[in-house]
Amino acid sequence: MAELKKWNEIPIGGVITEPGTARKYQTGTWRVKRPVYDRSKCIDCMMCWFYCPDQAIMEENSVMKGINYFYCKGCGICANVCPKSAIEMRPETEFIHKEE
Amino acid sequence: MIKTHKEAITGAQAAAYAMKQIEPDVVAAYPITPQTPIVEYFAKYVADGVVRTEMIPVESEHSAMSAVVGAAAAGARAMTATSANGLALMHEIVYIAASMRLPVVMPVVNRALSGPINIHCDHSDTMAERDSGWIQIFCEDSQEVYDLMIMAVRLAEHEQVRLPVMVNQDGFIISHGVEPVELLPDEVVKSFVGELKPLYPLLDIDHPVTYGPLDLYDYYFEHKRQQIEAMKNVFKVFPSITEEFYKLTGRRYNFVEPYRMDDAQYVMVALGSTNGTIKYVVDQLREEGRKVGLLKIWMFRPFPKAEVQRYLTGRKAVVVLDRSASFGAEAPLYEAIKSSLYEAAAKPLLGSFVYGLGGRDINPELVRFAFEKAMKHELVADQELYLGLRE
Amino acid sequence: MPLTMKKLAEVFTNKETGLTQGHRMCPGCGAPITVKLALMTAKALGYEPVIGFATGCMEVSSTIYPFTSWSVPYIHNAFENVAATISGVETAYRSLKKAGKIPADRKYAFFAFGGDGGTYDIGLQSLSGAVERGHKFIYILYDNEGYMNTGNQRSGSTPPGADTTTAPVGKKIPGKVQLKKNIVEIIAGHEYVYAATVTIGEPMDFMSKIEKALSFEGPSFIAALSPCVRYWRVPEDQTVDITKLAVQTKYWPLYEVDRGVYRITRKPTSFKPVSEFIKIQERFRLLLQRPDAEEIINEIQQYVDKRWDRLLALEAATKDKPIR
Repeated sequence: MAELKKWNEIPIGGVITEPGTARKYQTGTWRVKRPVYDRSKCIDCMMCWFYCPDQAIMEENSVMKGINYFYCKGCGICANVCPKSAIEMRPETEFIHKEE
Repeated sequence: MIKTHKEAITGAQAAAYAMKQIEPDVVAAYPITPQTPIVEYFAKYVADGVVRTEMIPVESEHSAMSAVVGAAAAGARAMTATSANGLALMHEIVYIAASMRLPVVMPVVNRALSGPINIHCDHSDTMAERDSGWIQIFCEDSQEVYDLMIMAVRLAEHEQVRLPVMVNQDGFIISHGVEPVELLPDEVVKSFVGELKPLYPLLDIDHPVTYGPLDLYDYYFEHKRQQIEAMKNVFKVFPSITEEFYKLTGRRYNFVEPYRMDDAQYVMVALGSTNGTIKYVVDQLREEGRKVGLLKIWMFRPFPKAEVQRYLTGRKAVVVLDRSASFGAEAPLYEAIKSSLYEAAAKPLLGSFVYGLGGRDINPELVRFAFEKAMKHELVADQELYLGLRE
Repeated sequence: MPLTMKKLAEVFTNKETGLTQGHRMCPGCGAPITVKLALMTAKALGYEPVIGFATGCMEVSSTIYPFTSWSVPYIHNAFENVAATISGVETAYRSLKKAGKIPADRKYAFFAFGGDGGTYDIGLQSLSGAVERGHKFIYILYDNEGYMNTGNQRSGSTPPGADTTTAPVGKKIPGKVQLKKNIVEIIAGHEYVYAATVTIGEPMDFMSKIEKALSFEGPSFIAALSPCVRYWRVPEDQTVDITKLAVQTKYWPLYEVDRGVYRITRKPTSFKPVSEFIKIQERFRLLLQRPDAEEIINEIQQYVDKRWDRLLALEAATKDKPIR
């Protein structure tokens, strides 16, 4: 989080004048289960993209481009709605070691 | 000087006429005695196409203030009007309007708050909002209602202020009393108030803003500090507005009005229409050779402490009249005056009189009685007395 | 051409939905899906959404200062007044447009969002007033059947038998005993209004109703069943499935009332018993442990059956008979 500003350094009225500042806020740290995506099974139906409550599914022109782990909270909706089981939910603990 | 015309109108008409000339983009209002005629007159202007204002006939005062907040945030000049229980119903949103720094102007026709229910004048309604972050102006008569409504727009919208303003007038006494009022031509008022320059308008879809976020311990305090600063700025800004208005009309306004104060030793302080009665009594007592005077308070929030100190320091006695009580504490105006004089080099005797609750009449005899208490040096600073109460 | 998921995904490759990432709703929450669907539909159809939000989970979680998850104009005023607030915004729009201060080539769409507390209960008067006055806006109720923001208290929308902290299932009283308020009927009773139910499990139906609301020249009311996984006590990944089940069990019939004309928009060929909807939710666990559980569930079954029959009758009776 950025350094806190003084009262005379912020817009008045409690107004947030910049749109979408929450994009800087990482919600991916909440995750206890990680969706793992298998491109080979994917048919780009966009169900996961459509239903993700956190808009953590990346797509380009209706082609699935993977999962944005900066935001993904690991709810598993994507895996559940996927008609081809192309997304598997795995415990986050499996990945701790790898990332180190 | 501008060519004006005089009309015999009520305080409610004076407010509505000012609103017609200001011609806000949006008015949302709900009728309540004794504010109703303001809404009725204004609705007629809308119905006749005299103004281009869009009016929202809301289902409650709560929605009136809510809609006004929406409209003002959207980037519109927005107004409403209310009284008593209506103001109390708005209460939550009154604070929100101020905290969002929306320059709303609202005539408030002062009436006693329930209960028991009462429709007549006292200041309990507006006093319940004295810490809401609104600028509060009190008028003595219909002319002041008209003039201060117009000046209130400039004050509210000033870039260093951007706070909502309540323009208070005493229920029935001013709102329904007919008096001659000097009115300015429409174009003069329009040019005086100018165009609203909205800050962060919600309807600017190319610059999307978020109004009303959840503001926790990291920033809430900073936003409150901004409101405190804006109130301080009123002291810098208001005199330039009243000066400009004086040049147009010859009518001078300020935070307070000193009346026969030059050599006055015994001074009364009051809000609203009662000042007219006090002036009459001051004139009588002066004729009798008594050195009395009046300090009328035009602006109650922000409270003009410096002016109060300047005018009251060194007087023999000061009598403060309050048209509302603060149960379990000193009456609001008295408390403010007393606190202002804490640092005074020469403190006058102080006395507190509560009067006129629920529309109880205040007459020259009662005012004279209070003056006499002061002149006999019978005031006790910690004693609250009552004028016109059966005891 | 009706909107599809593929089509939407193409549209939003280089376009923002209006709700951004980084909001702090619970994992698996139904509310952001509801909001996203409504905004995407509006934006895909060329509208510029302007949003009012009532106090609630979504409001607090999406705007923790200095963060905002909104990239469209957004105002939160208080809990009980989102409809009045948006009516002020919409009126300002009309006034400023008349004065030539609004770009003429942009299509604005005014949305008010509220949870069930802000809609069925504390905000009902404000909503009724705004609908009666005929402002052109779309009110979207995200109905999670309780005051979930403050930790699962009973609302006028909580179903009978659900365990809440203010109407707990006790030794004597079986949780909430009253039926869920029929909010759609209440709003439809304002006569000149488009009112409909939707849910995220039936997205095509959802989007077509939003589309209809956008083109309706007056107020619209969309009631969206939006599960709270936290207090319905269902697994986080079941959000969408459970809304489908709500439709299949007649718990949440999908229909619309367009100026008095009823139309059921989803008629499942076979229904499941309402107990299937109840039994998968842990908020009914204590109810199910009671000796009178079957009796209470039967009552709920009878209620949803009768309501469905009544809807069929209303559909037949009001066909081609709009009030206005």
